[in-house]
Amino acid sequence: MDLELAPHHEAFRASMREFAQGVVEPHAAEVDRDHRFPEESIEAARHAGLMGVLIPREYGGAGLDAIAFALCIEELAQACASTAVIIDVHTSVGSEPILLFGTEEQKRQWLPRLASGELLGAFALTEPASGSDAASLKTSARHVGGDYVLNGTKVFITNIGRAGVYIVFARTGPDERAAGVSAFIVPADSNGLRVGQVFKKMGLHGSPTGELVLEDVVVPAANRLAADGKGFTVAMRALDSGRIGISGQALGIAQAAVDQAREVLAARPRAQGDDFALAEMATRLESARLLVYRAAWLCASKRPFTRIASMAKLHSTDTAMDLALGALELAGEDGAIAGSPFERHVRDAKALQIYEGSNQVQRVVISRDLVNAR
Amino acid sequence: MDFEFSEEQIAIRDTIRELVQDRVAPRAAEIDEKGEYPKDIEKLFAQNGILGIPFPEQYGGISGSSVSICMGIEEIAKACASSSLILAVQALGSYPILVAGSEEQKQRLCPPLAAGEKIAAYALSESGSGSDAAAMKTTARRYGDEYVLNGSKQFITHGSIASTLVVFAQTDPGDDHRGISAFVLEREKSPWQAPKLEHKLGIRGSPTAQLVFEDVKVPAANRLGEEGAGFKIALAVLDRSRPGIGAQALGIAEGAFDYALAYAKERQQFGQPIASFQGMQFMFADMATQIEAARTLVYRAATKVDARAPDLTKVAAMAKLFASDMAMKVTTDCVQVLGGYGYISDYPVERMMRDAKITQIYEGTNQIQKVVIARALLR
Repeated sequence: MDLELAPHHEAFRASMREFAQGVVEPHAAEVDRDHRFPEESIEAARHAGLMGVLIPREYGGAGLDAIAFALCIEELAQACASTAVIIDVHTSVGSEPILLFGTEEQKRQWLPRLASGELLGAFALTEPASGSDAASLKTSARHVGGDYVLNGTKVFITNIGRAGVYIVFARTGPDERAAGVSAFIVPADSNGLRVGQVFKKMGLHGSPTGELVLEDVVVPAANRLAADGKGFTVAMRALDSGRIGISGQALGIAQAAVDQAREVLAARPRAQGDDFALAEMATRLESARLLVYRAAWLCASKRPFTRIASMAKLHSTDTAMDLALGALELAGEDGAIAGSPFERHVRDAKALQIYEGSNQVQRVVISRDLVNAR
Repeated sequence: MDFEFSEEQIAIRDTIRELVQDRVAPRAAEIDEKGEYPKDIEKLFAQNGILGIPFPEQYGGISGSSVSICMGIEEIAKACASSSLILAVQALGSYPILVAGSEEQKQRLCPPLAAGEKIAAYALSESGSGSDAAAMKTTARRYGDEYVLNGSKQFITHGSIASTLVVFAQTDPGDDHRGISAFVLEREKSPWQAPKLEHKLGIRGSPTAQLVFEDVKVPAANRLGEEGAGFKIALAVLDRSRPGIGAQALGIAEGAFDYALAYAKERQQFGQPIASFQGMQFMFADMATQIEAARTLVYRAATKVDARAPDLTKVAAMAKLFASDMAMKVTTDCVQVLGGYGYISDYPVERMMRDAKITQIYEGTNQIQKVVIARALLR
């Protein structure tokens, strides 16, 4: 048993911290205030080779593992949760499906461009009437000649309008549930693909979220990921490791909140209640951190990790929400003023309990596994 | 990074697991009901080398690793928290010798403890000195090659049955915690009295004694470390033992969880198992998640003990705090899952809930853990 990060992971974290604090953090408050895409941070991440952390070197990526990925997102989120989710979605659910399920040709075609950041990735599963019940999606993909023709509307798509390629899930078969779903690699410049409404959100203001409208979008059969009818498997596997990224994001927000609360407390006379609140927050964060790294380690060492990843997502995002609120409480009035990092963390953290499987869905995943076990 | 136990540790765990299933679990309810120390289980642990886990091989043991100790305590506590203290307090009472003893003292005192021929205990608290351990009144005055101890100790687990007792006493009563020294009392040479055993909410099979020292003579050769080093030793020992309390809490919670989950799959209401209701399923998902979060923190602290890490104090306090609060919540929820049956003694979960409470209190209350953590954070 060795619960310390390996030296190469520590070194990677240190370089990520330098990048995040030096390059990303200075824009965080303004990105949030102006609801704008963090161009400088994403551009810098491209130059720093951070868009292909999980993509093997032979396809132009950094070839790092899930632990490094969690550390990458954790450090980014400590600086700016919007930047973190843009890169997280791009790296995990936006690129990993091609890495895990793509043919050699698909990998050669798409991964180098995703790894370099030339293309930003996105993941289009959710629909207006199909959220937690993803298998009920309605977007259709009709087989016409050698192509598929896609029609439907996707919603709550992170990186909307910025993505160069979308992983889109659509119904190809007669089965009305999971077995009728297939996955497609859909370039953003496809005819008939357009951005619908872009939402104004409570938090994560720098990360664009909105509707993807597909009207008679012709997708070559060569762009289908995995076999016809296997799309739901692609989606579920992508979300399993996506949860590691979201958990990393939760750790980053929580760490920023605790560190900033600690600074506030260190600079003023404290009551024992303040000390105890900080001690409880730091303890919960530590428990969440280890659970997230455990999920990442399981994934990196190719062991089953679905249950622990769901637990990590549930525990770390609930922790991030509670700690962001707790830190704001300790900071007092100053923390509640717009532009303060304390109120931003509260707004940003809330999304984490909802996306990539709401925490209620995580509980369904975990308890199904528990109840069915043995 | 590697979250798995070593093969050797898994072998030890499987041995303990089997013994616990066969011999401890069937006794747990009776041990609780009678409130008797399970001497038979102590012997079972001694015969099977379990009491040797806290000691390195050169002192007659089989491990000395905190990860192994925690693993053992966790396994036993799943079935019987009282029995888990037989291992936990053997470790607690021996740590002062292992941490601060001279080579001669370790060679002389440890092998009989590792073999389970002798039982160890640790006497720090007094009636007027709990969280404020430095306020202790027990004195040790030196006369030639001996010290003479006078005073009393409170809440001493296994103090009545131990044959080797580490006692903290003032050798320089005017000098606050800098006047405290640590001594090893061997009962045949330095007999102490245990006039009263406490009646308790939980861990009823683990005797908790008031101890009295009236002119108890201890050879100077049994002082651990220098005069005045006692308080430092006491704190260093607690840093090492707190992960074990976390492991005990973890085991208690897992025992209750496993029972409640199995029950919920069987128990039929409204024509279906209650485990099929989402209200139940979400409780189990939350409990399982909290158990796993505590597990990683407990073993993280244990690996810090083994690595002598500089941030051990903080992480050990976090592990103890988080795991014990988790165990209290999880066992309470498990009683809830069983409903009326959870509340009665025919089912084990009410015992586990009673046993969980002490883990929030002993070896530093959870309030003291927060003081320790906050001090480390705001230093």
